[in-house]
Amino acid sequence: MRTSSEIETISKRATKAAGFPWGIAEEVGKNIKSLELLSISGIENLSLYLEQVKGKETFGPKEISKENNIKPNSFCPFYTGSALLDSASKVEEIKNITLYSINFPILLIPFINRLSDRIGKKIKLQIDDHSFMLNLNKFIATDTNLMGLIIENAKTVKIEIQENEDSFKSKIWDQLYELSTETFVEETDRLKENAAGAGLADND
Amino acid sequence: MPDINHRNPKEIMTLSRLGSFYQSKLSFLRSFIREFKDWEFNKDLFELDESGYGTAVYSVKKDSRAYSLVCFANELNSTERSDRVIATKWDAAFVLHDGIPTKEDIKRLKENVPKQEVGRVSYKELTLSRANKSVRIFEHTVDALASGQQPDENIVKDVGYLYRTTAVYGSGKFGLADRYRIKERSEICGPFRLEMMLVYLVRQFTFDQVNHIAKSRNPTSAVKLSDDIARNLGIGNSTGLGMAPFIVNHPTLLHNWIYSREEALKQIRSIEKVEINDFNKFKECFEKSKLNINTWKTDSKYQINKIKILIKDLEHFEKKYLFNFEFNEKFLWNKLYLWIENELSEEGIEYIVSMLMEPYDNIVNPLVEKMSSEEDLHFDIPGERLVSDLIDIIQINYSSILDIDFNSSEEITNFWFISKNKEEPRVANRYEEEGSELEQPLAIARDVSELFKRLKDFSSSKTIAEFLMSNNDLRHAVRRCFIIEKFPYSEIQDNTIGSKLVPIDMLRLKLSFFGAQKFDPRSDKWLRINMYQGAPLINELKNTDDTWIYNRL
Repeated sequence: MRTSSEIETISKRATKAAGFPWGIAEEVGKNIKSLELLSISGIENLSLYLEQVKGKETFGPKEISKENNIKPNSFCPFYTGSALLDSASKVEEIKNITLYSINFPILLIPFINRLSDRIGKKIKLQIDDHSFMLNLNKFIATDTNLMGLIIENAKTVKIEIQENEDSFKSKIWDQLYELSTETFVEETDRLKENAAGAGLADND
Repeated sequence: MPDINHRNPKEIMTLSRLGSFYQSKLSFLRSFIREFKDWEFNKDLFELDESGYGTAVYSVKKDSRAYSLVCFANELNSTERSDRVIATKWDAAFVLHDGIPTKEDIKRLKENVPKQEVGRVSYKELTLSRANKSVRIFEHTVDALASGQQPDENIVKDVGYLYRTTAVYGSGKFGLADRYRIKERSEICGPFRLEMMLVYLVRQFTFDQVNHIAKSRNPTSAVKLSDDIARNLGIGNSTGLGMAPFIVNHPTLLHNWIYSREEALKQIRSIEKVEINDFNKFKECFEKSKLNINTWKTDSKYQINKIKILIKDLEHFEKKYLFNFEFNEKFLWNKLYLWIENELSEEGIEYIVSMLMEPYDNIVNPLVEKMSSEEDLHFDIPGERLVSDLIDIIQINYSSILDIDFNSSEEITNFWFISKNKEEPRVANRYEEEGSELEQPLAIARDVSELFKRLKDFSSSKTIAEFLMSNNDLRHAVRRCFIIEKFPYSEIQDNTIGSKLVPIDMLRLKLSFFGAQKFDPRSDKWLRINMYQGAPLINELKNTDDTWIYNRL
């Protein structure tokens, strides 16, 4: 088994060797390590992508807007992911972002996961037909089987910032709260008389 | 109360200053020995033949946790013995196993550990190393013991170790457990604890091996190595450039190490009334340590000169200051520090700074606990910050670097790269060697200088995110600038690629925090050192004094 340290180092060096700057390669190293720890095929997607782009020009967004397109080219997941992460506050403000044509979008996932952590909100990520819920860089919820999943190009990637809302109905909460109150003890009048603030007659 | 601050990073983080650091109470092998006092030790297996070749296993236990050093001693022709990292065979190979190894584990390790980098270990292993005998002292010691004598003390003093390691690997290399698997373990929570544990146990193996060979040669008359001599043998280490990139690549860790030293000094200087016992302890350690300087042997002119400067400094300190000390003065240590800062060289200043820590467990020990770092927490770039913020950060934190003219070939003579044949860091002259296009991102001063120029040409009210969209080639430098904003000792404030670069200054910084002694540069790119010389033997750990490092024959 390859260690996380080896995965990070080799991914970083390979990314640099394919023509990316060191700073981007550092991001990729961390990201591939995190994908592999989540049993998502980071190494395989990376290897295929680097093989495809080695020595070629790759493209990221020049700015982040609601709709992002660089026809006739496709977005590079590294430059795009870095730009989204760097622009966290702007992404949070825009809320719903669509990117058209992005290569190897699995490699974008850890950037968005980190983005979720940065802004403190869940993010729904839609890569064509595959849907993911990213939660503060802690875990990824999806119906898609990510083990071995390779996507060479996604026509559309949608990023939706989720407002922090309960995932349960208030009625269920009330039931649970009722149950939790059974750990409380009824206070007698004598105890109430000695509680904090007792005995004060003024309102200063 | 005098105005006592942390020392200025721009003065402390220069290569010449960092290359003048000495071991101290903060050093890892000393803190390891302090923490290792109440561990249980066992020799679980010792199957060596009469020549000392075979397998040995030592285990150490604390509470429910056990670690085992598995040793493989091999026959090696003298022509095959090399300290170079490119060597493929060694006198002995070692691995620290997590727990007690099974027979299957030992079999697996026997097939892999002696191969080192081309073998493969597992997440059940924590650190990996190999070592070569110091032929001069090893054979002499075996001969002497076999004939019923102790080895010549002068030879022991000269060399100082029976074996010399040529690498100690950890943290996920070659299949070893990743740091995240063990970082929450309270018994080994400081930096490099498992590396320190391995080296300490290897030292015990070297004693057991010489005793075993001597006894095998002459079962009736052989004697055991005396405790006094054993105690004064450490483990040598040959260290090359691999350590240099480490301190650049781990900026927050570097900060935590240096900050601990600076914070200790600040707290000590802030003591209003120095207790007589503390003063005496400082003086006692100073006196003892001074005697050791005469045992530092080296052929390196660079190091000989440094030792000469140090000796001159310490003599000056004694004559002009220490003997005329007004003990009852308030803020005595602060006055002492201000005097040495004014009167001594960097060698002398840093030597005495280390000495000042000796009486103060209460100051040093809490700082030892803060010397690790969760580096990933500081990795992300705050893209919402403004270009003007970054300009300010650079002007505040890198002002001395901005004065360097990187258009001059003198300032960019060298480049750092990873060698293809051994995957190890190297440095070379970019005008004489090929490969500078594959330069590692270790020329931080040059890159920050370039970043500063580009930022000045960019709209200062734009965000860093906007700047990076067209300047990602400097992303690594941008990241570092935001790290130094929070961690002022995270960066070497010097040019790491200039023609005047002395790479061993970078090695010495790291080795001083390990607790290494007897720096012996063999060129400007590698050196030999000694670890654990004077350290208590395993059966003495419980009652040891932390100033063991100054003990000598």
